[in-house]
Amino acid sequence: MDIWSTLNDTFLDWESMKAVLPEMLKVGLVNTLILAAASVVLGTVLGMIVAVMGLSRRRWLRWPAKVYTDIFRGLPAILTILLIGQGLSPITRHWWGPNPYPLGILALSLIAAAYIGEIFRSGIQSVEKGQLEAARALGFGYSMGMRLVVIPQGVRRVLPALVNQFIALIKESSLVYFLGLLASQRELFRIGQDAAATNGNLSPLLLAGIFYLIITVPLTHLVNWFDKRLREGRPADLEVEELVHADHR
Amino acid sequence: MPTIVESAASLELTGIELAFGKNKVLRGVDLAVPAGSTACVIGPSGSGKSTLLRATNRLLEPAAGDIKLGGESVLKSNPDELRRRIGMVFQHFNLFPHKSVLDNITLPLRKLKKLTKEGAAEAALEQLELVGLKEKASARPGNLSGGQQQRVAIARALAMKPEVMLFDEATSALDPELVKGVLGLMADLADAGMTMVVVTHEMGFARQVADQVAFMDHGVVVEAGPPDKLFTAAESPRLRQFLSQVL
Repeated sequence: MDIWSTLNDTFLDWESMKAVLPEMLKVGLVNTLILAAASVVLGTVLGMIVAVMGLSRRRWLRWPAKVYTDIFRGLPAILTILLIGQGLSPITRHWWGPNPYPLGILALSLIAAAYIGEIFRSGIQSVEKGQLEAARALGFGYSMGMRLVVIPQGVRRVLPALVNQFIALIKESSLVYFLGLLASQRELFRIGQDAAATNGNLSPLLLAGIFYLIITVPLTHLVNWFDKRLREGRPADLEVEELVHADHR
Repeated sequence: MPTIVESAASLELTGIELAFGKNKVLRGVDLAVPAGSTACVIGPSGSGKSTLLRATNRLLEPAAGDIKLGGESVLKSNPDELRRRIGMVFQHFNLFPHKSVLDNITLPLRKLKKLTKEGAAEAALEQLELVGLKEKASARPGNLSGGQQQRVAIARALAMKPEVMLFDEATSALDPELVKGVLGLMADLADAGMTMVVVTHEMGFARQVADQVAFMDHGVVVEAGPPDKLFTAAESPRLRQFLSQVL
């Protein structure tokens, strides 16, 4: 058997890809998107809280943020997912049964928040001190100045790093399969893996990989476009232009 | 410049002290600026001029002394509310780069003065027209020259209808050809009756525009008086030495 034929059988078995495609679209893709979107939202909110705590002048707010970041950044993701997903499930079973998704999302979000918190913190700290000073000089309080002036600038500076983190999160969402999933709960990787085991070739996993790329690659380009637009500013605001030229008509 | 000053107030600083750790930066500064007059503060680097401005609007809290605005002590009032009454212009402009020129001015009007979007835009455009930059309303600060940015920063401060304006070396970061425009605007503002405290290295401006000039060194006002007297008949040797270096 020549090499090409072996590779072809292993990775490009169109029949097994075709067979798994509907399930991958209807179940796997949907579940991966749910896991990733929920973790991105929760991880970003928690990450912002961790960042703001980490930047606080109060030590009792700064220290917990630092300890939190050290722990969740220092542990392997799979370990955290298993500890939270399996460890807390006897407690949370009363609320949503044996469904591993809520705890999986919680674990992924807690891990992401440690990284996202550091990304936000570095972005916020990179904003020139004069910006907050100018806001305070106008009469804004510290929190309002941070919220309206400093944080938006800091976040914009770290958008590419933030999207890298989102992409990592989308990929890491596959780890929830360790928590044991029902057939309807399987995400892209698990469906690919199950089909690969049944068919005896890796083509379904390659298909799962293509789906991951379909999600992650456009995301990178989207953020690059958004980043460029923010740097250059929006096209002239028509409403403002109208007001400016109102007298000249 | 049309009359734009609605409520200029007097400013009186007495015995202002301020330290960074053990380093005493202000050691009992006295300065009285009558309503509608301009005081220029001159002095060598590190003499405490910029710190004095920041103590005046309580960006830095004085350790001792009193600040009176319109005859009333403001040390016990809410510092955020005090700052809405005192405009400040910085050396590096400090415009918000993520917002358009118009939004830089409307942001405090909407959020602090609770003006409607339309009301704030109208007030902002009025100020932009006064500083000759109405056409730049939708531009980003990064696309303007340094002089234009500083004029927007002045418009942003004026839009809050301040009772006093503080200028912290407002032209030091500008290219020489842009300095004149900003100084001209500040002179117009002084003519219009604004109470102003101007920290500056522009001795020509201090001489022509100031009603009084205060020379600071080592955290105190060493000598103060009308510009003619200070520049031609300085009493303290330290001021004479300073003037011989900068003139």
